[in-house]
Amino acid sequence: MISPARSWREFPQRYRLEAARCEGCEKVLYPPRVVCPDCGGCTFETTPLPREGKVVTFTVVRVPPAGYTEQSPLPIALVELTNGVKVMMQVGDLADPEELEIGMPVRLEFRRVAWDGEAGLIFYGHKAVKG
Amino acid sequence: MRDVAVVGIGMIDFGELWEKSLRTMWAEAALAALTDAGVDSVDMVTIGCMSPGLFAGQEHLASLLADELGMAGVPAARVESACASGGLALRMAFAEVAGGLSDTVLVTGVEKMTDVDGADATFALGTAADQEWEGFHGITFPGLYAMLAQVHMQRHGTTSEQLAAVAVKNHANGLLNPHAQYHLKVSVEDVLASTMVADPLHLLDCSPVTDGAAALVITTVERARELGSERPMVKITGSGLATDTMALANRNDLSQLDGVRLAAERAYAMAGRKPEELHVVEVHDCFTIAEIMTTEAIGLFDPGFGASAVDKGLTSLHGKIPVNPSGGLKSKGHPVGATGVAQVAEIATQLWGEAGQRQVEGATIGLAQNMGGSGGSSTVHILEVAS
Repeated sequence: MISPARSWREFPQRYRLEAARCEGCEKVLYPPRVVCPDCGGCTFETTPLPREGKVVTFTVVRVPPAGYTEQSPLPIALVELTNGVKVMMQVGDLADPEELEIGMPVRLEFRRVAWDGEAGLIFYGHKAVKG
Repeated sequence: MRDVAVVGIGMIDFGELWEKSLRTMWAEAALAALTDAGVDSVDMVTIGCMSPGLFAGQEHLASLLADELGMAGVPAARVESACASGGLALRMAFAEVAGGLSDTVLVTGVEKMTDVDGADATFALGTAADQEWEGFHGITFPGLYAMLAQVHMQRHGTTSEQLAAVAVKNHANGLLNPHAQYHLKVSVEDVLASTMVADPLHLLDCSPVTDGAAALVITTVERARELGSERPMVKITGSGLATDTMALANRNDLSQLDGVRLAAERAYAMAGRKPEELHVVEVHDCFTIAEIMTTEAIGLFDPGFGASAVDKGLTSLHGKIPVNPSGGLKSKGHPVGATGVAQVAEIATQLWGEAGQRQVEGATIGLAQNMGGSGGSSTVHILEVAS
């Protein structure tokens, strides 16, 4: 599973949806990187991601990996946010996973994403819910 | 660059080989290739293997395997590019021979996948995706290809029946391949009735977990002539290697595989060939949707026409351009590091005219495409009978 140090390192992106805006070309990177893949710039300012978007593609994972088996069937979508940034995330609150479709509007909500048994770490992040 | 020829191949029967270790499988395939080529020493050994550490608790394969064959001392390197590790092993060996560093190279691929349980195998394969920004959410490899399939279906009208038709074709071909893991005839109905793994992909849309090894011997054309084989001389005329973004989130168009397209363009440019000149093709059908998308990416069909091509029988064994006559990953099995090498072994076998019941008649130009992750890396090799 994920180490405490790694989990802590990812808090700004998982908890606060912090992205990086390239000072050279304005491209927004999520997660942040050392180098802008578009212009090669190396200076960024922190910016939060918007919390609305739409489903670009999706699946329902019927055979999830270890640590996620209790959540089966697990709907996961690639969501394009209103600023054009695409983010992969679980989809929550669906009465029936068959409701998922390309183009579905969603909003992002802070949720528990995974957990490492009864005594291990709990991993929080954002899920998409019908918007 | 020097011309490079394939002078020997070695395959073991793929499957759940509980009685065989990684090193045993590898040595059997390597020895078979050396015997087939009629050589007893090589200048270099390359080994494609994705994750011996996670699958078998063993790293440092260069030393382990050179030693196993009684070749300790020989230059050897294990290379890794997820499921494209085998193709990369050939690419590195091709560069050795073409560039003049080595004359004769033993190219190998191996993966021992069944010494771990299903959950550990899923985890090991999952390391080929972006663990922090994809894996964190619980996505699996079938899940990532399912996401690509959803886009292809929406954009081009590709159907679940068309995906199933890929499995039907490849299992039919696999029935004719003695090395295949599954000798199993399946119907469209069988595929659609199998367990849903990640919508829209059913269990029979997915390649299996497999133990296996494959090997080639490649050398200069001069050395190949000295070996005096009665087979037609088969040369590697094109080698393409490319990457794409790791995470699907960073791709501009999820209906196509740009890394595969780039690798193919580079291989065609080197060989001076076009897709319509090919006679036989092996592509990386880790999932049925992957065969459809790769045949489009290497230019056999226009974007969106890969699925209807299967329907029309164009890619069947006796179709216009046979794809995966070996049975593909789907039926032959997918020991990930071995796959790229086994694909080239199949193309060489076809060009030598030694493919038996699955022979593509008159084939003199073939292509093998191998792919890592969700298309994040790809190799393409073009082989031809020398005129």
